[in-house]
Amino acid sequence: MTSDGLVACLDDVDRRLLDRYQRGLPLVERPYAAMAESLGVTEQALIERLTRLTEMGIIGRVGAVFNHRQAGASELVAVSVPDHRREAVAAIISACPGVNHNYWREHRYNLWFVVTAPDDTSLELRLTRLEAQLHTPLLRLPMVQSFHIDLAFALPWTELEDA
Amino acid sequence: MSISIYRSEDRTAASAGRRLDDADLALIEATQDGLPLVADPWTAVGERIGMCGEEVLARFQRLLLTGVLRRMAAVPNHYRLGYLANGMTVWDIDDARIADIGRRLAQWPGVSHCYRRPRRGPDWPYNLFVMLHGHQREEVERQAEQLRELMGDACRDHQILFSTRILKKTGLRLTRRQREASCSE
Repeated sequence: MTSDGLVACLDDVDRRLLDRYQRGLPLVERPYAAMAESLGVTEQALIERLTRLTEMGIIGRVGAVFNHRQAGASELVAVSVPDHRREAVAAIISACPGVNHNYWREHRYNLWFVVTAPDDTSLELRLTRLEAQLHTPLLRLPMVQSFHIDLAFALPWTELEDA
Repeated sequence: MSISIYRSEDRTAASAGRRLDDADLALIEATQDGLPLVADPWTAVGERIGMCGEEVLARFQRLLLTGVLRRMAAVPNHYRLGYLANGMTVWDIDDARIADIGRRLAQWPGVSHCYRRPRRGPDWPYNLFVMLHGHQREEVERQAEQLRELMGDACRDHQILFSTRILKKTGLRLTRRQREASCSE
């Protein structure tokens, strides 16, 4: 099913659920009961909705969003890879411990990824090893300052439906 | 090309990771693919790691208070919702004005991340990263154009780097296994 079709399948309760609870669910004894009450459905119905939305892939997971800076060390890195080495280099990077994002982008620096580690020392070690393994200098771009820390943003349902 | 090692002040916050004890790490590992969708998810998680439901909940509440946990949430998959174009825009901004510009951009609709990062010589003059999301490339390009106007002469240059393929995308993996692995490296 196309994503447009998927969005059209979402009813009003689904949309309110996503709008509200992408921003955080209550850390109380029965969180789904509390969510259900605020949406005007039963706890069981709410759990079924969350299960369905997860199975549809609309919700990635009902789970923790960590503050990477508080929970460990991480760094954005880019490399410039010639076409004939693309697949090999991407495979090495994806297999590197702590790599949790890896994207091709249209630029001379064409491979972009994030390396995480429990602390600065092990991050440094991972990056040094990776650089040696790839025989390619890493463009290392640590975050200096964050202006935007909340990844939840308003979902424009009408636009998503019409797209 | 010279690549220097840069240490940001923010990075010192990473040492806060040491505040996590083994039970926290076990809890994070047990829930990294999500909470169980049952009436009492805390007890269900606790059963996997030999912890009672009250303690699971109390630990998550503490992680939230200390800022390690940003939130427990129903995390939407934006790509599946139709945000098919994701453009990483990079900007060369006057250092004296970057804080003001960063704060204004961060509130712009469609912006999910807005970070200052170090320049890397003439090869990489960009010091501000703004992630834009839209249904199609044209929409992201329009947004970038609007941001360019907002910045005025504080911006010397910018580029949009569209992603052409996602090779790997997972949540944060901070686990006992990872910690042990890193110790043995």
